[in-house]
Amino acid sequence: MIIGLDVGGTHTDVVLIGEEGLMRQAKVPTDPENLFESILSGLESVIRDIDTALVERIVLSTTLTTNAVVTGKLEKVGMVVAGGPGLNPKLFACGEDYHTVAGAVDHRGRVVEGLDRDAVEALADSFLAKGIRTVGVVGKFSTRNPTHEQRMEEILIKKGIEHVFTGHTVSGNLNFPRRIYTTFINASVYAIHRHFYESVRDSLKQQGIDIPIYILKADGGTMEMVTSMAYPGEAVMSGPSASVMGAIPWAPESVDSLVLDVGGTTTDIAVFVKRAPVLEPLGITIGPWQTLIRSLKSSSVGLGGDSLVQVTDGVVVIGPQRLGPAMAFGGSEPTPTDAMVVLDPGERDGDLARAEEGMRRVGDALGLDAREAAQKVMETMCLAILEHARKVVAEINAKPVYTIHEMMDGYRVVPEEILLLGGPANTLAGYLSAYTSQKVRPVPHWGVANAIGAALARTTCEVTLFADTEKGVILIPEENYSKTMDRHYTLADAEKMAKNFLVEKARQAGSRTDNPETEIVESMAFNMVRGFRTTGKNIRVRAQIKPGLIEGYKL
Amino acid sequence: MIKADRKTGLVFFPAFDWAIDPTHPEREERLLYTQDQVFEEGLFDIDGITEFKPDLVTHEDIRRVHFCAPDIESVTTESHLISAGGAVTVAKAVMEGTVEKGFALVRPPGHHAMRVVHGNRGFCNINIEAIMIEYIRAKHGVRRVAVVDTDCHHGDGSQDIFWHDPDTLFISIHQDGRTLYPGTGFIEELGGPNALGTTVNIPLPPLTSDEGYLWIIENVVMPILNDFQPEIIVNSAGQDNHFSDPLTNMNFSAQGYADLTTMLNPDIAVLEGGYSIEGALPYVNTGIILALAGVDYSGIKEPGYDAARIAQPAEVTREVRQVGQAVLSTWREREALQAKLVGGHTSVSRRRNIMYDTDMIYEMQIDEITVCKNCKGALKVDSSSDTGHHLFGVHIPHGVCPSCRAKAEQWFDEAKKGPYTLRTMQDLDRQEFFDE
Ligand SMILES: [Zn+2]
Ligand SMILES: [Zn+2]
Repeated sequence: MIIGLDVGGTHTDVVLIGEEGLMRQAKVPTDPENLFESILSGLESVIRDIDTALVERIVLSTTLTTNAVVTGKLEKVGMVVAGGPGLNPKLFACGEDYHTVAGAVDHRGRVVEGLDRDAVEALADSFLAKGIRTVGVVGKFSTRNPTHEQRMEEILIKKGIEHVFTGHTVSGNLNFPRRIYTTFINASVYAIHRHFYESVRDSLKQQGIDIPIYILKADGGTMEMVTSMAYPGEAVMSGPSASVMGAIPWAPESVDSLVLDVGGTTTDIAVFVKRAPVLEPLGITIGPWQTLIRSLKSSSVGLGGDSLVQVTDGVVVIGPQRLGPAMAFGGSEPTPTDAMVVLDPGERDGDLARAEEGMRRVGDALGLDAREAAQKVMETMCLAILEHARKVVAEINAKPVYTIHEMMDGYRVVPEEILLLGGPANTLAGYLSAYTSQKVRPVPHWGVANAIGAALARTTCEVTLFADTEKGVILIPEENYSKTMDRHYTLADAEKMAKNFLVEKARQAGSRTDNPETEIVESMAFNMVRGFRTTGKNIRVRAQIKPGLIEGYKL
Repeated sequence: MIKADRKTGLVFFPAFDWAIDPTHPEREERLLYTQDQVFEEGLFDIDGITEFKPDLVTHEDIRRVHFCAPDIESVTTESHLISAGGAVTVAKAVMEGTVEKGFALVRPPGHHAMRVVHGNRGFCNINIEAIMIEYIRAKHGVRRVAVVDTDCHHGDGSQDIFWHDPDTLFISIHQDGRTLYPGTGFIEELGGPNALGTTVNIPLPPLTSDEGYLWIIENVVMPILNDFQPEIIVNSAGQDNHFSDPLTNMNFSAQGYADLTTMLNPDIAVLEGGYSIEGALPYVNTGIILALAGVDYSGIKEPGYDAARIAQPAEVTREVRQVGQAVLSTWREREALQAKLVGGHTSVSRRRNIMYDTDMIYEMQIDEITVCKNCKGALKVDSSSDTGHHLFGVHIPHGVCPSCRAKAEQWFDEAKKGPYTLRTMQDLDRQEFFDE
């Protein structure tokens, strides 16, 4: 059995899933002042009279770190950045203690300017004097040569800084500004994340439950909480991914599909390529920060069940504002929910008379009766959602590619089905199908899809390998691995090595499967030619375990 | 977050799976380190910089510019269609107002490709800037265009294509043809009888550095552009003037390239040559992108940059200024020169031998243009090569006059009886293109 627990802003959803399916589900209010009480009461409601020895793991999805980043309630941390030539690294300042020091590496990983160690030592003293205990260090091209970051880390630790986050371990990708922001977020949420972890662990112990604790990440994968102490930023924005993962059991296996999560004020759209969610090309953007944190691609449109319905110049306009609940539920302005109540009074709760009054108001401006107005509202809502979904897919297909092969034969996403989550899912499914040839289906148990998604998500990770046979070096920056090799190292060797590291990384992050689904997502080898002579190979390999569900559980 | 002063659209297409051959300078690796630098600097994240996926050009797009023998398929690969498509994609975005500036960072290049194409010359098959320009003329009603070719090699292909077009000002700044491929681009090459003066060649001596190059831009190129008043300025942004380029002998730096871009202020830049793939391209391309977008580029410095080592010798400075003065005075006298050279001719013919260095093809060409006061003139081209193809092409310009059209149609008709393997019509006025 697995427990899935999604701590949302207003509700905490909990499920208990066994091999034969969903066994129990519960929804308890979230008390932001006392999250652990909320978690505990959620837990208690699903584990009562269950032999907890049979529960193999618990997976948590939390908005705690997300809220900390969004509201800026972060731990004060120091940042030390070695940029060198190029854009001025001061432009990427984050936090109040951001400092740049001399030290530069070029695109091949050659040191072109030595690190100013004295400056780093002086910064360490000033951080300590200010009570700063966590510091992020980042160098340009550190994923090609982490030496400056490693020296900075050594100096800071020696001076007495407790935790140092290094840029090359947060992601193997190239993007210096994003590496800075990602390192900053990891450092800044570390204390909050650790406190959360310790409290959960202790609460479970109190209950006599001693099982592995996992957290859900923004990419829809899981990671053991112990491991996540090194990557606390990965848990940021796991909320939207929970629901998306919860839709996977109902997604078609052989064709692409869309997942629409229809809430009160927004509809979130995600895309599946044959049951695998599409990821952001580089990483998530949270608040003002563009990061390298792997994440599902999710796009939000300001259109939900409680959005304000207005008539402007004879045209129905829905959202993006929400002025309160639907009229059928005590609000004062018409909403799509009112339209649905009017059209389907048997199926929907709510005060029909009030809903009709709302739709009459809309109808008066359009010269229609209440029912016709409600139909017009639903038509507008469906077309707007479909149009937004079309744009999301077009954007994915318009992603630039860099080889002729991908230009000519690259995969084109063509969703054939739409999966609906959220309050209006059942009703909306009927209306949506009138405006699209795609098959539309509500997702069963949509109310706890988030907790189901968290429970069943597999452990994901990524490994980036860079080898330069002219320099004779292999680097796996995220794993802090570097090794010398000879000129006979090939792309096949690199792929094999990347996969081995990936499997080991997954195992350490909590993967328990014998058969992790590794995938090479990028694999290129370039002949380096200098003066009409081939001097070596420049090899780049990226391997991942893509988001998906663990085996052995069905719904 | 950094915000660009000017919205800038980029197409980046490094064609990582295409090479002329494995050790050729035009190979897979060429833009690899540029990609690394551009990615690491986070340029695509800058607010106001957008990366577009290129469209492929169509055969019609190519036929606005080229006569291909025996046909387009035989002289192009997908890489060429994408590269030209990248230029068209950024130009479209600029014309539609999606962005203010555009940069096609694409390969393979195009500025050595002439109107007639039998194969690859100077690493080029089709002329990507010319295809882009005729596209925006056909689709967006643009007329006056200036092309400033800052590749170190003479842009002989672009010169050939625009030779007879008084609406295209073609300025090529390059290392003196006596010291570098393709060996042309002298001040005396001024354009055809209907367009005399709108081809401007500025050959610079080896070892010209930032100082001389920027002096030419400021004191020669800008005044000429100012006289010409183009609607659009295109920069054929070759990067082989860099001090580290293995094929050339100039002393230009990344900062110099960025300053050039700021000064020239082109609407659209298109990458041409540049083969110092590690030491120059990553930094020069970053500089051009930032300069176009109006973001501070003063921090860019390539490894090995040493101002003293690339300082310009006094005699080079003198020579640069002499060339500049000569170009300017020719430009100012262009109308008198035109009257004198054209005289009473009703048509002008040229006979040329053209070498395709990459594909080792030898072409013989005879062309003839009508001398006309009312239009750009009708052009016919008779071209044979040792590939066995013998092509006859007729070019009818935008705004052709009735008598030049009649002449062009007469030529095309008469050629039926000729020894040709292909007769091809390029009617830009009606946008009709066909073979017989
Ligand atoms: Zn060149
Ligand atoms: Zn005429």
